[in-house]
Amino acid sequence: MQYLPNILFVIALVAGIGYFIKNIRKVIRNIRLGKDIDRSDNKGERFKNMAMIALGQSKMVRRPIAGILHVVVYLGFIIINLEVLEIIIDGIFGTHRIFAFMGGFYDFLITSFEILALLVLVSVVIFWIRRNVINIRRFKTLKGWPKNDGNIILYFEVVLMTLFLTMNAADLQLQELGADHYIKAGSYPVSQFIAPLFNGMSEGSLILIERGAWWLHILGILVFLNYLYFSKHLHILLAFPNTYYGDLKPQGEFDNLEAVTKEVQLMMDPSADPFAAPAEDESEGEPEKFGASDVMDLNWAQLLNAYTCTECGRCTSECPANQTGKILSPRKIMMDTRDRLKEVGDNIDKNGSFVDDGKQLLNDYITPEELWACTSCNACVEACPVSISPLSIIMDMRRYLVMEQSAAPSDLNNMMSNIENNGAPWPFNQMDRLNWSNE
Amino acid sequence: MSETIKVPTMAEYMAEGKRPEVLFWVGCAGSFDDRAKKITKAFVKLLHNANVDFAVLGTEESCTGDPAKRAGNEFLFQMQAVTNIEVMNAYEIKKVVTACPHCFNTLKNEYPSLGGDYEVMHHTQFLKSLLDEGKLKVEGGKFKGKRITFHDPCYLGRANNVYEAPRDLLKKLEVELIEMKRCKRNGLCCGAGGAQMFKEPEPGNKDINVERTEDALETKPDIIAAGCPFCNTMMTDGVKSKEKEDSIEVMDVAELIANAQDL
Repeated sequence: MQYLPNILFVIALVAGIGYFIKNIRKVIRNIRLGKDIDRSDNKGERFKNMAMIALGQSKMVRRPIAGILHVVVYLGFIIINLEVLEIIIDGIFGTHRIFAFMGGFYDFLITSFEILALLVLVSVVIFWIRRNVINIRRFKTLKGWPKNDGNIILYFEVVLMTLFLTMNAADLQLQELGADHYIKAGSYPVSQFIAPLFNGMSEGSLILIERGAWWLHILGILVFLNYLYFSKHLHILLAFPNTYYGDLKPQGEFDNLEAVTKEVQLMMDPSADPFAAPAEDESEGEPEKFGASDVMDLNWAQLLNAYTCTECGRCTSECPANQTGKILSPRKIMMDTRDRLKEVGDNIDKNGSFVDDGKQLLNDYITPEELWACTSCNACVEACPVSISPLSIIMDMRRYLVMEQSAAPSDLNNMMSNIENNGAPWPFNQMDRLNWSNE
Repeated sequence: MSETIKVPTMAEYMAEGKRPEVLFWVGCAGSFDDRAKKITKAFVKLLHNANVDFAVLGTEESCTGDPAKRAGNEFLFQMQAVTNIEVMNAYEIKKVVTACPHCFNTLKNEYPSLGGDYEVMHHTQFLKSLLDEGKLKVEGGKFKGKRITFHDPCYLGRANNVYEAPRDLLKKLEVELIEMKRCKRNGLCCGAGGAQMFKEPEPGNKDINVERTEDALETKPDIIAAGCPFCNTMMTDGVKSKEKEDSIEVMDVAELIANAQDL
């Protein structure tokens, strides 16, 4: 029975990490439902972007208040995870504060963990106030699950940090009592102020508090890890690949559809035989679909974008259409894409492969009115702290509307037929193009 | 206003067996829109003034396809692109300058993979290079000390990271350059991009150009400077909707430079 805690710990650890990996594999499978796109070029620039934007948070701090608070929580998350390493080793081997042999450096580590834990607590409380009390439009417009999701994440962090500090406070008391097993180690600048709450408690009660906080803290971390998959919070992992695989082209450059290039070349080639039988090696598969009406028509980088989005709403708050009351919201484009992708993934889990459910991203999630309100100004792309492009999804869906459904607004159809007929978006004769020079 | 200015065409150059240094891509707005034609003329005057060896395609020019592409009609865009590229490659064009950021972006970024590889410059970049080479003189003249704010066109600014060339030119005019609260990479769209110029806006509570004009009016400008014929239209309409057209002018950077010298 002596090893029961060790065994329970290993079971919890394996179950927690195992379930997380199972779900992450689903995320990867779902992202791979997207079309192929080559993002294997310019590795140096890609690493630099990842280092600056994800690791260095360079775009977060463009909004200083949210940005600096986020950096605190982010640093806290990364650095306090060093402590989790110690917890895991202690848990498996039944040791206590295995890193204590580091002496002065250990004191320094614990000191920085404690200070960061306090700063994280303060930041998270401010985040909660910003989300729930202060009238910030990009948060106020979140309703239902997305709103609750944001708050649940903050509650998780409060609970985890509180447990961490409680554990340390009880440990400090036990160290001072000279309890067995609780060697003198670490320096506790924050929890020393919690420790007096435990004054006069017996060694047994203190051990109960210390162990209880220790267990709840690590179990809480495992639960939080598994919560990621069900929430918007995957960005803590996916921000890294997403900034790495981000679009490196100038923002104004939209991709030239290759399938269209082939058709256009055929049309412009005077020697092409329109009635020719397809070449031997050409499979007579379904003709390629132009643009996107569902998530499978998007490329994997766009689907990775959707899973990475943490719904901060900076894109929507910068969007000129949204600011002037149109229903377009770039954040909603990303949330819809992810919701539909999850739905398709669940469909595959249930049926083995995707079975038509009579739904698609277009109309069932995103309406043409939203798509047509976009000015393609790239404000959303510029605003995103993790290199997401809502604009590329909007453009691919417009392409479907126009090229597959001929469903452009009639004004735009007029503009396009003018270009076709007289080479200008207005009905002017091409032969009059130079008239300005003698008017 | 009726004045004929000499504008050589590529066909004329070809007939003489010559090739100009640079092609001036006029664009549809610059060719047909009454307001934008004035910008075209101002720019041509500056080119002549700086003795630039240039030509236009004239009747051989056709829409770059930008509005079709942004509307989602990739077919029409590529048809336009391939046709234009054939014409430009036949003239062995190496360098293109245009006063329209939409043409600029499309020619610079979207034509190369279709076979049209040129050095493409926005007219503010080109004028800046003339200034640096000493070929063009830019001085205050009648705009000296005027309060001017510059509206960044999305397809010049965010889309291609050109923020300084138009500002450098304005500073040379010795004007008081005042930035709007949203400028450069945070600049707000005028509302015309993405083919919006050619359609009614979706239902909302305000027009985007009015929102942007309010940004500009906050700076209490004498002149709103623009670098795009579509932005120019949108801002002009915005100023009219605020009934400020008697006190605030919307002018292209090229017009400001040309007018300062009374060209």
